[in-house]
Amino acid sequence: MKLAIEVNGAVRAVDASPWKRLLDLLRDDLRLTGTKEGCGEGECGACTVLLDGEPVNSCLVAAGQCDGRRVTTVEGLAQGELLHAVQRQLVACGGAQCGICTPGIAVCAAHLVDRGLVDAGDAARAQVRELLAGNICRCTGYQLIVEAVIAAAREVASGRQR
Amino acid sequence: MTAYLRPRDLDEALAARAAHPDWLVLAGGTDLMVNANHRPAPAGILDLWRLVAICLVRRTDEAIGGAIAIGAGTTWLEVERDPHVRAQLAPLAAAAREIGALQIQARATLGGNVGTSSPVGDSLPVLLALDAELELASPRGRRRVAYRDWCTGYRTTQLAADELIVAAHVPIPGPATRTAWRKVGTRRAQSISKVMGAAAITLDGDVVVDARIALGAIADRPVRIAAAEAAVRGLRLTDAAAAARAAVASAIRPIDDIRSTASYRREVAANLVARFFGPAAAGPAMS
Amino acid sequence: MAPVGRSLPRVDGVAKVTGRAQYLDDLDAPGAWHGATVRSAIAHGVLEAIDVDPELAPALAAGELCVVTAADIPAKNVIALIEDDQPALVPIGGRVMHPDEPIALVAAPTRAQAFAAARRVRPRIRPLPAVFDVDAALAGAVRLYGDAGDNAFKRFLIRKGHASDDELEAVFAAAAQVIDGRYATSPQEQMYIEPQAMMADWRDGRCHIVGSMQCPYYVHKAMKALLGCDGDGVVIAQSVTGGGFGGKEEYPSMLAAHVALLARKAGRAVKMVYDRDEDIAATTKRHPCRTRHRLAVDARGELAAIDIDVVMDGGAYLTLSPVVLSRGVLHAAGPYRCPVVRVRGRVVATNHPPHGAFRGFGAPQTTFAYERQIQKLARARGEDPLALRKRLALRTGDTTATGQRLEASVGTDEVFAALEAVAGAPPARTGVNRHGAPVRRGRGVCFYFHGAGFTGSGEQRLAGRATVAATAHGFEVRSSSAEIGQGSITIFTQLAAAALGVDPALVTVIDPTTSRVPDSGPTVASRTAMVVGGVVDRAARAVRARLEAWAAGRAAGGSLAEHARAYVAQTGGELAETVTYEPPPGIAWDDATYTGSAYPVYGWATCLVDVEIDLDSCEVAVLRCVQAVDVGKAINPTIVRGQIDGGTLQALGWALLENVLYKDGKVANASMTNCIVPTFADAPELETLLVEVPYPFGPSGAKGVGEIPMDGPAAAVANAVEDALGAAFDELPISPEAIAASRPAWSAP
Repeated sequence: MKLAIEVNGAVRAVDASPWKRLLDLLRDDLRLTGTKEGCGEGECGACTVLLDGEPVNSCLVAAGQCDGRRVTTVEGLAQGELLHAVQRQLVACGGAQCGICTPGIAVCAAHLVDRGLVDAGDAARAQVRELLAGNICRCTGYQLIVEAVIAAAREVASGRQR
Repeated sequence: MTAYLRPRDLDEALAARAAHPDWLVLAGGTDLMVNANHRPAPAGILDLWRLVAICLVRRTDEAIGGAIAIGAGTTWLEVERDPHVRAQLAPLAAAAREIGALQIQARATLGGNVGTSSPVGDSLPVLLALDAELELASPRGRRRVAYRDWCTGYRTTQLAADELIVAAHVPIPGPATRTAWRKVGTRRAQSISKVMGAAAITLDGDVVVDARIALGAIADRPVRIAAAEAAVRGLRLTDAAAAARAAVASAIRPIDDIRSTASYRREVAANLVARFFGPAAAGPAMS
Repeated sequence: MAPVGRSLPRVDGVAKVTGRAQYLDDLDAPGAWHGATVRSAIAHGVLEAIDVDPELAPALAAGELCVVTAADIPAKNVIALIEDDQPALVPIGGRVMHPDEPIALVAAPTRAQAFAAARRVRPRIRPLPAVFDVDAALAGAVRLYGDAGDNAFKRFLIRKGHASDDELEAVFAAAAQVIDGRYATSPQEQMYIEPQAMMADWRDGRCHIVGSMQCPYYVHKAMKALLGCDGDGVVIAQSVTGGGFGGKEEYPSMLAAHVALLARKAGRAVKMVYDRDEDIAATTKRHPCRTRHRLAVDARGELAAIDIDVVMDGGAYLTLSPVVLSRGVLHAAGPYRCPVVRVRGRVVATNHPPHGAFRGFGAPQTTFAYERQIQKLARARGEDPLALRKRLALRTGDTTATGQRLEASVGTDEVFAALEAVAGAPPARTGVNRHGAPVRRGRGVCFYFHGAGFTGSGEQRLAGRATVAATAHGFEVRSSSAEIGQGSITIFTQLAAAALGVDPALVTVIDPTTSRVPDSGPTVASRTAMVVGGVVDRAARAVRARLEAWAAGRAAGGSLAEHARAYVAQTGGELAETVTYEPPPGIAWDDATYTGSAYPVYGWATCLVDVEIDLDSCEVAVLRCVQAVDVGKAINPTIVRGQIDGGTLQALGWALLENVLYKDGKVANASMTNCIVPTFADAPELETLLVEVPYPFGPSGAKGVGEIPMDGPAAAVANAVEDALGAAFDELPISPEAIAASRPAWSAP
């Protein structure tokens, strides 16, 4: 099946089975290997991408369903060498260790921050913990990721005010 | 090679369903795509994802007190964020929020939960407790089925081979009815249910006039607990809690499996239901 | 500012947050085939034949498929580690020892084809009676290992302050009080998020292997034996590795063997990436363990004797079990003063898949037992649990169970003080939660230690080496330590930059490819920063001294980097120093009697956990978890903090919700849905306190930190749940089911 998918802002034409997983389409056909496979069953969130702006597990999306739709992967978060606030804070706060879950977390957290779903106030910690619960990390105990996402949310919020 | 169709409207979807009964009916894929690369490719995919005709949430006034119609293709994220659902169907919004986590909620649909009909389907006890109806369509026409009659066994339903689920119609509980919901899962988020309970309890003062009590993950399908409903009728709330606890504990026959034990499920199911009649059971806290 | 003690951003950080870091499955490998494994499915038996479905014949004939069996192994059919008992593939006529044992291998152009073909290769196995219970294994009706009749892979006996069992029993007979408990801990899955992955390619007469691993030289050793080549015949490289936690210590040698054999026969590169289900089912787990622990207390409330019996389930092959048991027994008496100690340990063969390395490496199992015992002692005496621990704790000048006199870097008082400073009041004992359910709350504490580096004379025997080189582009650190997320390349960068007196940006830590780096030992045992980092530090100092001396001879000014450039320009080569580990003075260990300095130094820690138990569901919420850990010196505080946070949550998960369930020897919950680990929502806000009591023989005072946070929290959780409910919890996990079943034993709040 001929598919036309907008990936990170550019329309990509791919010939693939509609049953192929979006994850495999990204990694094998488009060689966008930033999106990782951790489980293949929608549990770990390492393969998180945005589909029409919402975070989804790309291992659970059929390629056919993406025809004519918009996909954002970790490769699409930064603008050139300018990292997204979430990426910058994950580095600064120590939120990435082995890094295999990090692209999925960066994509999901960038979505939360860009949509203003994380308050700058006291509720932020609980919000981050609930909204990122679909991303499993085994290295960090999550603490420094929470700090990073909150720092990024504040950064983005103050940027909006300016 | 797998065929693929994204129908433009419900009629085209129904025609394709009738023409290709062996095709996979796919929406959010959160169940059907698990380990997809190790599953045989289907003959075809009938893709209902974002089919507009089944993605609406709207208030209807067809019954006394009104109802909310939720399209089968509505995602749980949309259900949870819908102002009508949040205001009028709090247990459904709460259940939506505990289905997987954000990535699952953004894809999993009401129709998928109802159609898969897993005994651990998170929304299903709520649909039972709220006495929802399902609207089905086929080339033969439309029909409605009370959700309490929907499940026919372990992961089997009344859905006919040429039918699609269009919507759930959920009556809005009246002001004298309190509703409640609780899921106890394997962990605090992104979890499989061990026990779920939902209830709609109609009161006259503090006397129980009527109650619908539903449980999930304790049988081969979500179930109403008629014995408990009968046991609480006419009792004051304080007495109803103990009566419900005893009735639930003796009515259910849960199983041991890798996620929990029969005795735990029985005890917790009884505790959850009893708590629905307790003083603080004003429904789950929603932020 | 000096590079040590600062939280420099990790050097691999940007590559990881942008998705540019290349894990094995991300490597561009045009033409590489994919491998899949045919497994036994039967726990114990004799392999009689391997049936290849005739439907595969055309593909085999066309060279579009490759099947490998034990007959294809060029040299020795073993995964060489401690003992050569585990085959790479079970040979025809050989014994199948567990239900996920590799029997044959398949490679095909795509992963889907490989998996499909693997299902068409079927072993024929004559079943034998299998043994899954350690008591049955010890009884010896079925012989799985050795000739002693008890199937024990290894036994240990530690005696302190007594010569015979009668003497020991006399102390117990005379005791004012005896606390006697039995404890059981569950197997645990490492659940690194990158599954095991490896690729092999035969080029220029050599086998090149790259993959996800902790220990390139372990793989190197195993491949030399399997392929029958010398050290130059095989090159092992590490790809960016998505977590290990011990799970990529020994098992990668198995994958390496498999891809090497497939690539050799297929005549092309072959890669193998495990599915999650397969990874959970087949790879090593934390050893399930049971411990009997007796404490004798004298009339003054001092410990008079400790007697411990540890039994671990080693699974089907010996793998690293003796070393895991060793660390378990060496920590079993805990960081407490006691004149008389006996520790016995056995690790036993069963028909489970082999248990193996997992962070803590035996110590979490025995720590759980001794910190439950100390808690019971506090309750029995009516003494404050923290005060009792402080009173009995080891301090400088005291001796451990092996008679080691503690000299430097004993952070006991400091970790107690750090905890007490933040502890605050315990939570209200009762309340109601957001579900309207009544709750009980409680607080638990524990105190524990963890030996850093290899046991006994292990580091001397290993004699790990590392190289620092001055090149035209700056300075290069070469070691076999693997970056697995713990931050080793950043730590080495900081240590080398500090020793050289240069900007960290001038230092590069190269990948640990065996053809390019010396053997610094494996990436295990909380040894990387302390031991290998120490060697790096010395090598860097040596390079600096030589360069400065050379520059002084030329009377030329400039920076060290300029000297390096000048040196290379003039001599045509780099200036490199390779340094070998030297043990600190005063370390003596007797392997025969298990006495002496078990570890060069210990980390010390206190932990406080507050819990809330929902009385309707018996779910436990961890309200607070404080860990105060003496790390010697935090070379990079953020990285150290992250390490401790991560270990802490693994321990909380092990305590409350993780488990590996076996049915007929096979993992019954082999999926991420059912073999659960904590999510963001399960984790409390972690309060990690870094305590620094410098270790004079560690680089800048640093000592091991990787494993210690795993040891203590499970006991603190059990102690907190006991505090809340009044019932004892002596088995892990402390699941809601276990708590519900204990309801009759609960006391009034």
